[in-house]
Amino acid sequence: MKRVYPDKEYCIGCHLCELACITAHSKSKDLIIAFREERLKDGLDSCKKVFEKGDTCVAISCRHCDEPSCVAACISGGLHKDPETGRTVYDRNKCVGCWSCLMACPYGAIKRHPTESKIIKCDLCEGREEGPACVQACPNGALKFEERD
Amino acid sequence: MKYVIIGNGIASIGAIEGIRKVDAENEILVIGAEDSPAYGRPLISYLLAGKIGPERLALRPQEFYEKSNVSLKLGTRVIAIDTKKKIVATDKGETLEYENLLIATGGIPFTPPIPGSDGADVYNFTNLAHAQTLISKAKEIKRAVVIGGGLIGLKAGESLFDRGVEVTILELSPRILSLAFDENAASLAGTRLEEVGLHVRCGVSAKEIQRDAEGSLKGVHLTDGDFLQCDVVVIAIGVVPNYDLAKKSGIGVDRGIKVDDHMRTTAEGVFAAGDVAQARDLLFREDRVIPIWTNAYNQGFCAGKNMAGRDITFTGSLAMNSISFYGLPTISVGTVNPPEDDDAYEVAAFLDEKKRSYRKLVFHNDHLVGYVLVGDIDMAGMYTAFVKFQMPVPEDAKKQILAGEPDVLMWPDDFFKDTWNPGVVEPD
Ligand SMILES: Cc1cc2nc3c(=O)[nH]c(=O)nc-3n(C[C@H](O)[C@H](O)[C@H](O)COP(=O)(O)OP(=O)(O)OC[C@H]3O[C@@H](n4cnc5c(N)ncnc54)[C@H](O)[C@@H]3O)c2cc1C
Ligand code: SF4
Ligand code: SF4
Repeated sequence: MKRVYPDKEYCIGCHLCELACITAHSKSKDLIIAFREERLKDGLDSCKKVFEKGDTCVAISCRHCDEPSCVAACISGGLHKDPETGRTVYDRNKCVGCWSCLMACPYGAIKRHPTESKIIKCDLCEGREEGPACVQACPNGALKFEERD
Repeated sequence: MKYVIIGNGIASIGAIEGIRKVDAENEILVIGAEDSPAYGRPLISYLLAGKIGPERLALRPQEFYEKSNVSLKLGTRVIAIDTKKKIVATDKGETLEYENLLIATGGIPFTPPIPGSDGADVYNFTNLAHAQTLISKAKEIKRAVVIGGGLIGLKAGESLFDRGVEVTILELSPRILSLAFDENAASLAGTRLEEVGLHVRCGVSAKEIQRDAEGSLKGVHLTDGDFLQCDVVVIAIGVVPNYDLAKKSGIGVDRGIKVDDHMRTTAEGVFAAGDVAQARDLLFREDRVIPIWTNAYNQGFCAGKNMAGRDITFTGSLAMNSISFYGLPTISVGTVNPPEDDDAYEVAAFLDEKKRSYRKLVFHNDHLVGYVLVGDIDMAGMYTAFVKFQMPVPEDAKKQILAGEPDVLMWPDDFFKDTWNPGVVEPD
């Protein structure tokens, strides 16, 4: 399957992937409205995390692992592996906000929703024709959406 | 039948998903004593609290079983296993052949002998039927006493309280959550519960359950001489491995069913997983029963792949708990209460009582082997990485971890690359 691969040799830590992520997951699909309004009002947050140390940076998000720890940990059936697409799929309606997945994922790929008992996790921009918004937005080719297995 | 699974819990689901990773063809039969489709056992507290409805209990949709070619025999109990003839017998009078058998019978509530506990209105809290009974009871009662201040007891207490019942929780040891958490975490959690209105009493237990001449429950006499009036008692001390069936059939048991590093029991073609199994611990390198969700799934998954003919070694169980008390999240992973007299351990703890925030990190030599977080839990996964992958923590990285800022850039270079950017050609 195609996954998003971050390359720390190319990442410049600009956080544009985070902005693209919240825009793609917003209601308005407008960067300014998403950032200024939906972020505060709806707790909209990015699925990406950017880590920086000296001049090294990297932008990570869910790896859609073959054998995901988050699925093993989920007590509600809110996370499962889609055998057809290979994606680790999150069902918001089933989630009870127990944070077991957040604890179990050793890749730090799960965030708490700021206001609700729900999680925020990368869905590879499901349904978005152009593919993941973060990859498209990265100005330095540090995120690749590729088939590598 | 190629695959037979006894028990319809999460270990069973892990096994189905494990088998189907390897073998997409051969039929799987699951025999489960409970009537309902596999549900999230921890969800029974959410159900009792009224936070979710029964429609949200099922772990996998019906079509999962159809697509995975699994047949279910629910409301059916296996009463005997003949490991020589490779057959199981059910309480419905059937005998079924197996090639590969998984025993995933989970745990049963631990119930210490308390005088007066035989009779009406004394309950356990480990399955859906218990939750349903307590939901209907809650409408007509005023007071409940919960015996047990561990995870299940606190969850039972919290949920009954949410149904409008006055709740007192009794814990024999000096603090609640004594197994998975430490004193500071327990005190923050206890404070939160008290604040909301539950009563938590540590260092006492039930001496006798008082009944009137008709046998109706009146209350509980405590070991410290007090008497608590109540309408129901919930005994929620924990679970013990449900291994009688295996033992009766001559399968090796110790504290749980003994399994090797492939989840094989002592009988040929018979595997065990979940709360019933005594499997290898990742950190201690010895076999232990750790009755938690993630281990049950992982053990089932490993067993499933091996049942289907793979050669997969179990990576080991890792104790982990995530539990919230009225909006106060707590997480505990790995070794959190190391032996005090062992110099190889080093503990760093940061407590901010005002902010209700706590962070405890346990190192063994240069490895992080466990942690506790209360309140601010957002970095949990990044700590888990160090515990789970057993990566050494270099001195400079340690400062960052102690400051509460672990990240992926602290990982060894090769491991980082294999994980995040495998198969990429480095630029010259
Ligand atoms: C209230 C509560 C809250 C919990 N919360 C958490 C939590 O937050 N996090 C966590 O990690 N863990 C939690 N746990 C523990 C967790 O639920 C267990 O570790 C997990 O369910 C174990 O799964 P299992 O598949 O091994 O066994 P079980 O879930 O116990 O399933 C075993 C099944 O086998 C069936 N069975 C038994 N004998 C037979 C037989 N002879 N024939 C046929 N069927 C049989 C039983 O009826 C049962 O349905 C909680 C437990 C409880 C009770
Ligand atoms: S959330 Fe974590 S464990 Fe789950 S698939 Fe993503 S990276 Fe893997
Ligand atoms: S927080 Fe939601 S998705 Fe994560 S383990 Fe709990 S129920 Fe599952």
